[in-house]
Amino acid sequence: MENQDQMRPLIEELDARKLVIEIRDLRKSFGDNHVLNGFNLTLEEGGNLVIMGKSGSGKSVMIKCIVGLIAPDSGSVKILGQEINNLDRKAMDELRLDIGFLFQGSALYDSMTVRENLEFPMRRHKKKLGVNKDTDPLVLEALENVGLAHTIDLMPSELSGGMKRRVALARTLILKPKVILYDEPTSGLDPITSKEIIELMHSIQQKYGTSSLIITHDVDCARVISDRMILLVDGINYAEGTYSELSKSTDPKVEAFFKK
Amino acid sequence: MINRIKQFFIETGDLSYFAARFLREALKPPFEFKELLRQCYQMGNRSLFLVGITGFIIGLVLTLQSRPTLIQFGAVSWMPNMVGISIVREVGPVITALICAGRISSGIGAELGSMRVTEQIDAMEVSGTNPFKYLVVTRILATTLMLPLLVVFGDLLALFGSALLENLKGGVSFQLYFNTVFNALSFSDLVPATIKSFFFGFIIGLVGCYKGYYCKKGTAGVGVAANTAVVMASLLLFLVDFIAVIIADIFYEL
Repeated sequence: MENQDQMRPLIEELDARKLVIEIRDLRKSFGDNHVLNGFNLTLEEGGNLVIMGKSGSGKSVMIKCIVGLIAPDSGSVKILGQEINNLDRKAMDELRLDIGFLFQGSALYDSMTVRENLEFPMRRHKKKLGVNKDTDPLVLEALENVGLAHTIDLMPSELSGGMKRRVALARTLILKPKVILYDEPTSGLDPITSKEIIELMHSIQQKYGTSSLIITHDVDCARVISDRMILLVDGINYAEGTYSELSKSTDPKVEAFFKK
Repeated sequence: MINRIKQFFIETGDLSYFAARFLREALKPPFEFKELLRQCYQMGNRSLFLVGITGFIIGLVLTLQSRPTLIQFGAVSWMPNMVGISIVREVGPVITALICAGRISSGIGAELGSMRVTEQIDAMEVSGTNPFKYLVVTRILATTLMLPLLVVFGDLLALFGSALLENLKGGVSFQLYFNTVFNALSFSDLVPATIKSFFFGFIIGLVGCYKGYYCKKGTAGVGVAANTAVVMASLLLFLVDFIAVIIADIFYEL
């Protein structure tokens, strides 16, 4: 019994090491609009966690709090064991090397070619990434992963919506992140392109073993990708479980998400 | 009314904070030289034609408008002195700055505004690049460095326009015209004009970047950012000009 007590901190530490993202009691308000009201989340290494919620339920605010784009009012956000509220700019930038972020609208730099878009995240981290002056092999590898090597010299304006999303995914992959955050990866895409993006996300997860946090409205995306889901309602975790558990729920608020 | 006054002070405070942040970030490595050169090319080289043609026309018009009055007083030989001093001291820097406020400040406001709305600035941030340093510092430095050069170019073309008209109407040779202009100009005409051109450039870049960087969401926000950037930059240019003239008067007793 005494031994078990002595071992507990060690066991807890080992458990904590497996968590790539840990959010505790996250709160954020914009004036009188209380967006997050004590949200909690844990994502284990190699896991695929899907967050679903209505528009305006705070999903995007939550994901932006994770990468430090929005400062929370209170609560703790730990990524890869580091509390981001305690990090200075330099440390945060270094941590961001391990975090990929796929934006809802792709967010490709429209004044740069596809090649320059992919080179951009590497420009300050070449030494750390062990990249010499010639970044072409890495750029090509990332583009081949998404099946768009032939678009390397095109401008983003010359790409379709689906292609933009795939190039944005390639840009996310180029730094070989440990965790990828997806903000509505299939929004605004037709069902066929959405399916292609979902398959791509799945294959990337299989190939690189990355952990994924996905914000989506797309039930098909959640079904294919998730191994765990959280329903975010009024800024709190309303329901949690696997896709099959939640899809069978009789709670009207949960049911509403799965009705076709 | 009270809300408007409050808003004015909030805006002034935010702009001052933005300027202080620019100074802090500009002095801290890493430096974005490549992007700075690209911006200098975009803002300097691409404004040459507009500034040149405007300067040339201003020189022509100023000479044409002044001629009858000077003839009336028998002082037409003072034309090069008058045009030279007014262009170098005041008309050249102010007109060039206003042209650049319209072309560059609104361009920066719209560009950064659309980058903000489409989350490109956020994408830079999460990729470990400081967007303020990459987008804002380079643009403000580029306008600060390029505007004095554009002013010199605009002044020269304005003087050329004036000389051309004097040559055609009064038979004054180009050599005589420019000799008279350069004899009339003194150190106290050139130094304040050059120094204030740097400040004009700084204001144009600062306001454009401020409006674009903090653009409100939506495409309407981009339009508002571009529009208010021009209005605010133009107003501030006149304010800076007024202060510059007062300071120059203290030092050089103009």
